[in-house]
Amino acid sequence: MAIADIAPLGVDEHELEEIWSDAPGIPGFFSTVDHKRIGMRYIYTAFFFFFVSGLMALVMRSQLSAPDNHVVSPYTFNQMFTMHGTTMIFLFNTPVLAGFANYLLPIELGTRDMAFPRLNAFSYWIFVLSGIFLYASFVVGKMPDGGWFGYTPYTSKVYNPGINLDFWGLGIVFVGISTTVGAVNFIVTSFKLRAPGMTINRIPIFVWAVLSMAFMILFAVPAVTLATALLELDRLFGTAFFVPHLGGSTLLYQHLFWFWGHPEVYILFVPATGMVSMIITVFSRRPLAGYIWVATALIAIAFISFGVWVHHMFATGMPIQAMSFFSAVSLIIAIPSGVQFFAWIATMWRGKVEFTTPMLFAMGFLLIFLLGGITGVMVAVLPFDWQVTDSYFVVAHFHYVLNGAVVFPIFGAIYFWYPKMVGRKLSERWGHISFWMMFIGFNVAFFPMHILGFLGMPRRVYTYPSGLGWDHLNLISAIGAVIFAVGTGITLVNWVHGRWWGPKAEDNPWDADSLEWSTTSPPPEYNFAAIPVVASRHPLWEQHPLPHAEALVDEEGPKSLSAEGALHHQNTETTGLDARPERALELPHPTYLPFVLALGLAVFFVGLLVKATIVGAFGVGMALVGLTWWAWRTDVDLS
Amino acid sequence: MTAPSAAYPLPRAAAKPVSEGRSVAWWGIVVVIMTEATIFAALIASYFFLRASAKEWPLGGIEKPELKLTVIFSVILWGSSIPMFIGEHAIKKGRVGVLRVSLLLSFIMGAAFLLYSAYDFHELHFGWRDNAYGSIYYTTVGLHALHVLIGLLMSAVVQIKAWMGKFSAERHTTVEVYAMYWHFVDAVWLFVMPTFILSPHFK
Repeated sequence: MAIADIAPLGVDEHELEEIWSDAPGIPGFFSTVDHKRIGMRYIYTAFFFFFVSGLMALVMRSQLSAPDNHVVSPYTFNQMFTMHGTTMIFLFNTPVLAGFANYLLPIELGTRDMAFPRLNAFSYWIFVLSGIFLYASFVVGKMPDGGWFGYTPYTSKVYNPGINLDFWGLGIVFVGISTTVGAVNFIVTSFKLRAPGMTINRIPIFVWAVLSMAFMILFAVPAVTLATALLELDRLFGTAFFVPHLGGSTLLYQHLFWFWGHPEVYILFVPATGMVSMIITVFSRRPLAGYIWVATALIAIAFISFGVWVHHMFATGMPIQAMSFFSAVSLIIAIPSGVQFFAWIATMWRGKVEFTTPMLFAMGFLLIFLLGGITGVMVAVLPFDWQVTDSYFVVAHFHYVLNGAVVFPIFGAIYFWYPKMVGRKLSERWGHISFWMMFIGFNVAFFPMHILGFLGMPRRVYTYPSGLGWDHLNLISAIGAVIFAVGTGITLVNWVHGRWWGPKAEDNPWDADSLEWSTTSPPPEYNFAAIPVVASRHPLWEQHPLPHAEALVDEEGPKSLSAEGALHHQNTETTGLDARPERALELPHPTYLPFVLALGLAVFFVGLLVKATIVGAFGVGMALVGLTWWAWRTDVDLS
Repeated sequence: MTAPSAAYPLPRAAAKPVSEGRSVAWWGIVVVIMTEATIFAALIASYFFLRASAKEWPLGGIEKPELKLTVIFSVILWGSSIPMFIGEHAIKKGRVGVLRVSLLLSFIMGAAFLLYSAYDFHELHFGWRDNAYGSIYYTTVGLHALHVLIGLLMSAVVQIKAWMGKFSAERHTTVEVYAMYWHFVDAVWLFVMPTFILSPHFK
């Protein structure tokens, strides 16, 4: 068996480009199924929502910066904290991580696209349409105001008769489809489309993290879909799920919501730690310490995360035995996170750390997550939780986790992978400035909230009287928020500037180890003309030069591995554990189907919202036609 | 950071094709089924949660669910997996005729169940607005019926393809995927039926 030792380019690149590229202009925009375009769109769209939601946070902080303030009305304030939380969770954090996973999985695994490229496009269209759906409430001036977890009975029709909450309930059901479809794609891609030789113990840690996230999504998202769907059945059709005097239970809503809600924290946190592991490995210039421990920890978190949800409900009054169980599990879940933490420290300890911008964000993450993790352990303890429930201490805790420990890695990841995605480099100097402003601003904004919580300030208050000892701390917090916002703004300018005027990036500007750095920056539409063959956890560090599967095709292997496969618009399926090549897989061509189907569903949800049967029926009809067309055209049988 | 490649010889296994495993499409439907099953699991859990806090069950003096006919039609639904199973195995050997007949048979059995469900809903003496029992009953049993309906629509597409001769011993992933979904719809009823129809009869 001979394996070509040099990158094979026996094919004309122009020919490949013609086969793989989308139609130009608007048709290509709506019909593309290229995971890279979709991934970028995910990231752009999510960051749009990030900045919108961030502006709302700034308004809230300025409202609270002084006692008896009147920047916004209480009514607007309620809408803002509801939409801020909803947007950050559903329209920024979850989709931006999905965007990274979409972009990176295929090039990191050494394949030409996701397992289901059309479903991938579908999940993006659902995401953006559900975002528009939720923000249509802003256009009509009726934003949801029930808090980001929408507890009943406050959100029931009786107490909240407006259309506000219907935007929220239906929007959450809608966006859940996108998340779930994405998870299906990530799981199958990670198991079935790895480069030959990338056995299960050579998968990049980021992919392990995405796998863990996807499995959590699979089992958690149905619960929130059900909670909000039942809420909407109550609101729109008058059922009695959460109506106590008709045998319903408001606690049922809380159980269903948090059965998703707590794994969701890990759905966001786990891929962020995956990014951190990749960044720390590269900039410590050595393999990640305890690879197997870290991978195991990621999977362990996924399991344990399903046994902690009741700690959100400690104040609702439950049998002490039940609460003790959930308290214990909430303490236990700190262990796998601790394992990861020590693996990162050990990696840096034994490595030669380079303080690049991505590395700064990763190290900033470590410090912030340490604090957020410790307060997490504190609120897992029953008596302590009872003291701080619904106070600003909780607000501080979950911002340390969800902002500090998720957003910082995401910014680091942007600085890390930007050269690969865009083909240009960002300014390191402005990156450093942005990081320090974000880091300082973050701590100035959120650390005082711990103390505010101890001083008894409840969350979600619109204003407060002077003389409670809250004034200065709230002012400091507002100043911190502004510094943090300017820091993120600098990064935004850096990205925009880098996109057009940044210096061109090499294929592997960081001298990184994983497969995505072996292709060009940005990668061609087909990612790899010939698929690389992997024999190490760090192929670009340890296999030099990186061999390609060109010559395999003369023997038994499927031809799709070679450049010839790229010419035939094919991918290659490999076995789940050992990644041995199995067979060729036809990749679908650009199509409008995903967009049509997503649009049909959007029309259906609008029909429900405005209670117009004819609109809803039209949407269902459109979706059914789309589905049938899709099922008819499917080419799974071609292989 | 560069080690000599000789230290990492390429494993022969990396290049050798092995016996065929499951296709990407099969993996896809299995993962979808996992998440769908979770929805039903959550509904069943909600049922028992509501029941645990109720003084009487069904609530509000609603009669216990009708048993005899439901059991008969349930057996028909579960039975419809058998022809599906036969058809799936037949096409692996290239026997298209057997596939066509068994798909049709399974379709008819599924349709019979769906028609009975519609009749059963029509005969119920309570609505889903009456109380939480009505709400969870209609929602869960209705959601399952919706899955049967979608399964039948999918069957129609697969059957047309089968009659057009699109499947062969080598090409039948669609059949495999569809059969998996249909078995899932039947399997869910193995949990929904005992919960919603049988369990109220036990004190």
